[in-house]
Amino acid sequence: MAQKEKDALSGVETTGHEWDGLRELNNPLPKWWLYIFYVCIAWSLVYYVFYPAWPLGKSYTKGLLGYSQREELVQKVAEGKKAQEKYLTAIAATSVEDIQKNKDLLAFAMAGGRSYFNENCAACHGAGGQGAKGFPTLADDVWLWGGTTADIYKTIQHGIRADDGDTRGTVGIGMTAFGKDGILNREQIAQVAEYVLSLNKRSTDAAAAEKGKTVYDENCAACHGDSAQGSVAVGMDVGAPPLVTANWLYGGDKATLVETITNGRAGVMPAWSKRLDDATVKSLAVYVHNLGGGK
Amino acid sequence: MSTTTEQQPPQTDLLERPVAVAGDPLAAPSPKAPRRAARSMYQKHSKVYPKAVHGTFRRIKWAALAVLLAIYYVLPWVRWDRGPNAPDQAVLLDLANRRFYLFFVELWPQQIYYLTGALILAALGLFLATSLAGRVWCGYACPQTVWTDLYVWVERLVEGDRGERIRLDQGAWTARKAGRKVLKNLIWLLIALATGGAWIFYFTDAPTLLGEMLRFEVSSTALGFIGLFTATTYLLAGFAREQVCTYMCPWPRFQSAMIDEDSLIVTYQDWRGEGRSLLRKSQSWEERRAEGLGDCIDCFNCVQVCPAGIDIRDGLQMQCIGCGLCIDACDEIMTKVGRPTGLITFDTQTSQVAVATGGQPVPFRLLRPRTILYTLMMLVIAGGIGVGLLLKPGLDISVLRDRAPLFVALSDGSVRNAYTFKISNMTRDPRAYTLAVSGVTGASLSVAGDGQDEQAGTQRLTAGADMVATYRIFVTAPRTGLQGASQPLTFRLTSADGEVATYDSVFMGPAN
Repeated sequence: MAQKEKDALSGVETTGHEWDGLRELNNPLPKWWLYIFYVCIAWSLVYYVFYPAWPLGKSYTKGLLGYSQREELVQKVAEGKKAQEKYLTAIAATSVEDIQKNKDLLAFAMAGGRSYFNENCAACHGAGGQGAKGFPTLADDVWLWGGTTADIYKTIQHGIRADDGDTRGTVGIGMTAFGKDGILNREQIAQVAEYVLSLNKRSTDAAAAEKGKTVYDENCAACHGDSAQGSVAVGMDVGAPPLVTANWLYGGDKATLVETITNGRAGVMPAWSKRLDDATVKSLAVYVHNLGGGK
Repeated sequence: MSTTTEQQPPQTDLLERPVAVAGDPLAAPSPKAPRRAARSMYQKHSKVYPKAVHGTFRRIKWAALAVLLAIYYVLPWVRWDRGPNAPDQAVLLDLANRRFYLFFVELWPQQIYYLTGALILAALGLFLATSLAGRVWCGYACPQTVWTDLYVWVERLVEGDRGERIRLDQGAWTARKAGRKVLKNLIWLLIALATGGAWIFYFTDAPTLLGEMLRFEVSSTALGFIGLFTATTYLLAGFAREQVCTYMCPWPRFQSAMIDEDSLIVTYQDWRGEGRSLLRKSQSWEERRAEGLGDCIDCFNCVQVCPAGIDIRDGLQMQCIGCGLCIDACDEIMTKVGRPTGLITFDTQTSQVAVATGGQPVPFRLLRPRTILYTLMMLVIAGGIGVGLLLKPGLDISVLRDRAPLFVALSDGSVRNAYTFKISNMTRDPRAYTLAVSGVTGASLSVAGDGQDEQAGTQRLTAGADMVATYRIFVTAPRTGLQGASQPLTFRLTSADGEVATYDSVFMGPAN
C-alpha cells in the first residue's frame, strides 16, 4: 500500500481492502488495548518460567514451581480419603443393622455402596441389581440365602460355595444332578417337573403331576421344603429356592425345569472379604438391602 | 483498488436529508481521530475534559444520579419481615444458601427462569426507551454514566473546570499539582470502596456484614469482591470512561436498529447553523445571513461539555450517549447572542425535516407500531411473571423412575417399580404430606427404610422447613391389573394444610 486512501463520504482513512466496491474503513482501536496484548505476552513468558510449558521430546520443561496436575490429583484423592475416614471408621465399627438406623452413616453407606456395587457387583447382577439368568435379581423379594441386612452382609463377605472357610453352601456341591447321576429316570423327571408346574397352576397333565408329587416328597422336599417354600423358609442354609413363585433364577418353563433337575445347579459367588475391606462390604450390604428386596 | 476518485451518488435516504443526522455512525469523522500521515493500526487516546454546564438536561442528569445512587446504597438496608426462620433483608441474593429474596418473592435455584423473564423485560424496556427517546439509558441511567458523572464532578471540585484541568495536566509537576492529583484519586478510591463495599451487601445480611467490617472480621471472599469492585469502579469511572461506551459496550453498535425517524434524539439543526463562523461584534445577524453564515458561532461549547468528547454537529454518532448536555450548552450561548434556542435540540427526525423545509414541527408520535408492540410484549411478559409469582407454590415434587431394573417381578407374581421421589418444601415450616398414587389398579406404596411397609393406598412423608427431602418409593401392583408394558401413573402429594402437587410418571411391567 503505497498511497493512503480516504473514503470520500466519511473522510476516514481506508485500509485499502475492497470487496465488491465496499471499502474497509480504518477506525483504529485505542492503543491501551494493544498494550494489554503485550502484557498478555509478557505474562505468558513469566508463566513459562514458573509452570510446565514446553515439550522436550519425552520430557518437558518443569517450571520453577514444580506444579503437576497428576500430583494435584493424587493430593486431592488423599484429601478425599481423609475426609471419608471418619465415616469409614464408624461404619467399620458399627453393625449393619445399626448403620441402617443412623441417618448419616446410612446416607454415606448408600452413596459409597452404589459406586462399589457398580464396580464389583453389576457385572453379574446387573445395574440396580436387576439380575440375569443364573445371577439372582437383588431388587426382588426372593433370597436363596436370606434377605436381612445381616444375611446379605455374610453372603458378600464369604461368598457362595467359595474358597472361604465360612462360605455359604459347600464348595462344589449344589443341587443334585438327579438325571445325570441316575437317581431319577426321564419319566420321573418329567413327572416331578409337571408337579412343580402344578404348584404354580401351570400344569397341563394332572395325572403326571399327581405321580410327580411322590417323586418330589422323596427327593426334593428335604431341601426345598414340604410345600416347596424354599430352604430359607424352613431354616436351612443350602440355597434351595422356593418353587411356588413367579421368579425363576434359571427359568420356570418345563424344558428348563427338566434341564435343572437332570443336571443340577450350583451357583457360585466369590468371597468379597478377601478383596474389599469391611467398611466397603458393609456399605454394599446396606445398599443391596435398600435396592428394594431387603427383608 | 478504487480510491476517492469514485464519487458516491447522493443518497436520497431520509437520514441523509439536510438534518444533521447521518444514519451511519461511521459517516461522521470524530474530531478525536487525528489525520496522521503515518497509518497506525491503533488510535491514541485523547483525554476528554468535560466542561461544567447548566440547564434542563443537566438538572435531569443530576436528579437521575442522586436517585439511582440512593437506590443502590439504601436498598440492601431495607428490611422485609418473612417470619422467624428467614432473613429479613428485602433484597438478598443468598448464593451460599441458594435462595434469592426480592421483597415478597423468594426464589429457589430451579426457578431461575424468572431471571430470564426479568432480563427479557429489561431488554424490551431498553428497546422501548430507545425507540421513544434514543439512548436515554446510556445518557442517564447506565452505571457507567452515573459513576463517570460522579467522578467528573469530584475532578471538577478538586482540579477546577475544563480549562484549569487542561492547564494542570499540561503544566510541570509542582507540589500543588501533585496535591490535587493525590486528593482527587483518594476521593475516587473512597467512592470506589463505598461502591464495592455496598455491592456485597446485596449478597449477605447487610447489618451483620457491616458489623464484621467494623471489627475487621470480613472473610477473604468478601474482601476479594470488595477489592474487585473497588478496582473496576476506580478504573472504569476514573480512567476508561467514554472508552467503555465506545469500545467495550455492544449497545451502541446496534442502537440504530431501535431508532427510527420518530424517535427523539439529540440533533443539530445544520440547516440553521451551518456556515458556522465566529460572531464578530460589528456584525448583525442580518449581515451574517447575507454572507451565507448560519446561527452556529463555532464557540465549541457543545464539544467541550460532551462527556463522550464528540462534536454533535457531525451528526448522530455511535459515540453519542444522548445525554443532551450539548443542548444545555448551546441554548445558553444562543440566549446570550440573542438567537432562538434549540440549535441543538432533542427532537425527532420527522419533525426536524419538516422544520428544515419550512414547515411546522410535527408533534411527537408516542403511539407507533414498534412502541405499541414493545409495550404489549412487556405487558405480556410482566403479566406472565406476575401470575407465576402470585401462584408460586410452596411445594414442588420431582419423580425419577428407576431405569435399572425397569421393573421387578415379585415371587407372588406382582410387579414393582422403584422411584426416587423429591419433595421441595418451599415454606418456612416443616410439613407433613400424604402420598397417593393413581392410574394403576391395585397399586400399593412403600417407602424404603421407614418401616411403614406395604401400607395400602397412601404413605405419610415429611420434609423439613425450606428443605428438599428425598425418598425412595416402591409401587407394587398385581400383574392382573396391568394393561400393557407401560401405563401412566400419577403421584399426588397433599400437604397437611391442603396444598397439592401432582407428578405424572409411568409404571412399567412385562409386555404380556
